[in-house]
Amino acid sequence: MLEVHDLTVRFGGITALDGVGFEVARGEMVGLIGPNGAGKTTLFNCLTRRHEADSGTVTYEGRDLTAVAPYAIARLGIARTFQNLGLFPRLSVRDNVLVGAHHRGRAGFLTAGLRLPGVRREERALGAEADAVLERLGLTKVAGHPATGLPFGTLKRVELARALVSRPRLLLLDEPVNGLNAAEVEEFAGTLRAIRDAYDLTVIVVEHHMGFVMGLCERIVCLDFGRKIAEGPPTEVQRDPGVIEAYLGTAV
Amino acid sequence: MTGRADANPATRDAAPATAAAATGEAGATSVRLFGWDAARWRWVAAAALLAAALYAPFQLIPFHVFQLTMVLVYAVALLGLNLLVGHAGQISLGHGAFFAVGAYAAAILMERWDTPYPLTLPIAAAVAFVLGLVLGVPAMRLRGLYLALVTLAIAIFLVPLLKRFEEVTGGSMGLTLAKPAPPAWSGLAEDQWIYFLVLAVAVAAFLLAGSLLRSRVGRALHAVRDNEIAAEVMGVRLSFYKTLAFAWSAMFAGAAGCVYTWVIGFVSPDSFTVNLSITLLAGLVVGGLGTMAGPVLGALFVMFVPGISQEINDAAPGVIFGLLIIAVMYVAPTGLAGLAGRLIRKIPRKE
Repeated sequence: MLEVHDLTVRFGGITALDGVGFEVARGEMVGLIGPNGAGKTTLFNCLTRRHEADSGTVTYEGRDLTAVAPYAIARLGIARTFQNLGLFPRLSVRDNVLVGAHHRGRAGFLTAGLRLPGVRREERALGAEADAVLERLGLTKVAGHPATGLPFGTLKRVELARALVSRPRLLLLDEPVNGLNAAEVEEFAGTLRAIRDAYDLTVIVVEHHMGFVMGLCERIVCLDFGRKIAEGPPTEVQRDPGVIEAYLGTAV
Repeated sequence: MTGRADANPATRDAAPATAAAATGEAGATSVRLFGWDAARWRWVAAAALLAAALYAPFQLIPFHVFQLTMVLVYAVALLGLNLLVGHAGQISLGHGAFFAVGAYAAAILMERWDTPYPLTLPIAAAVAFVLGLVLGVPAMRLRGLYLALVTLAIAIFLVPLLKRFEEVTGGSMGLTLAKPAPPAWSGLAEDQWIYFLVLAVAVAAFLLAGSLLRSRVGRALHAVRDNEIAAEVMGVRLSFYKTLAFAWSAMFAGAAGCVYTWVIGFVSPDSFTVNLSITLLAGLVVGGLGTMAGPVLGALFVMFVPGISQEINDAAPGVIFGLLIIAVMYVAPTGLAGLAGRLIRKIPRKE
């Protein structure tokens, strides 16, 4: 489904990604780990076209992703969440989720302004779908609340709901359980498993919470200083000397 | 809500639902009075306002009817500006120029081609829309202060431009026109007839903008305002929405300018100086950005506060006007509309 080949990104003198390559098959759940500054978020930003790659290729469903405009990514079935939340603070939770369905709507300025029947139908259909996703993620009660002032864990679920309403095939989660307590992490893992089956998703998840990643993902890719240092099933990667060294350093 | 809750009982885990129940208390933001929610009260308020607006011209002296008409004219202009500034989060210091373009388009159509006045409205709105689009394409590549400067430049070069093409625009002397005459069947005086014309345009403009903002397009504009990066990831094409917000905003300002010409029956370059653009923006901020009531409250401010300032101190009305703006922003940083909302929430409610 996704093939990243020899991807390199530089910011001035800093090489954030250095010849990274890996593949993700349809239906897989892949964990992307690595110490802070390893280039995980940069990689996500490349996949969603926030950063230009200096060299290398990204192929998604046979299409060269580096030639796609940033706003067109959602239409290709790629959705993401953000490390430090990327919500619209003044919109209600429900409207935040509905923005996720933006690329599925057709209403333009004039048709929306005149509230033509087609626009009302579309609004009802997407609204019902947003309500269903809110319900599934236990957000119905806060649907009318602005997307600020809610607990961090709730806002993380709002972001997930927004991503789901866009009907993604590939879901990119950037530190989804960061800042959640142990019970919430457990709960989120359960939710994610259920959602993945229900929506037939391929997932790449960046996360520092090792218990969460190792328990959830079939395959782990580990980055360090912009390079891929390990790849494989969780049990293998956990024992990989390179990975242990990256996280703990070597004994002097 | 949709009765879908039991569609997938196996995959739905109960834990998130309980977590949400715990936070549910914070979710109760809507004002409930006598069992009616905020949305219902808004409709009631709008209906009452409309009823008062329909009744007012029969009770007021012509000068006050004229003043009220001008409030509606400004309200339409501020509605347009609000679309861009309050909802799409961009800035314009040049909306007086689009107002002027609408006013001059109507005046020239009536003066040169004897166009019947109802026809001038769609044409003037279209001219302002196209101009907004043409200027919006380059302008929307800029942001913040740079955009403010470019739009300010539009307002600055307009006045000399209008004075220059004297054969068409009447130069510094401007153009004087006949005001729309009330048809015999209406039995209305001229000021009342014009008032109702402008009221109809204002109501149509508010309905149009209202449905626009409650739709996918409105959400996209709000998303652009609140978080451009996230909006783009969700598939919102920034350049498209910013440019069209600018054009639509210009169109409302142009429509306001057109009805201004109907009301005043006279246009001259000196009515549309940079001052007008700045006053409009100040009025909108005072009224309340990003709200439906903001443009109306802002229009009242723009219409009446300069006069009040003049009464308070004849020598320096500008100073008083400025001080009043500062005072309002100090008391109500979210504008008069925000202040009204805060006061309503203070009313003790029955649960």
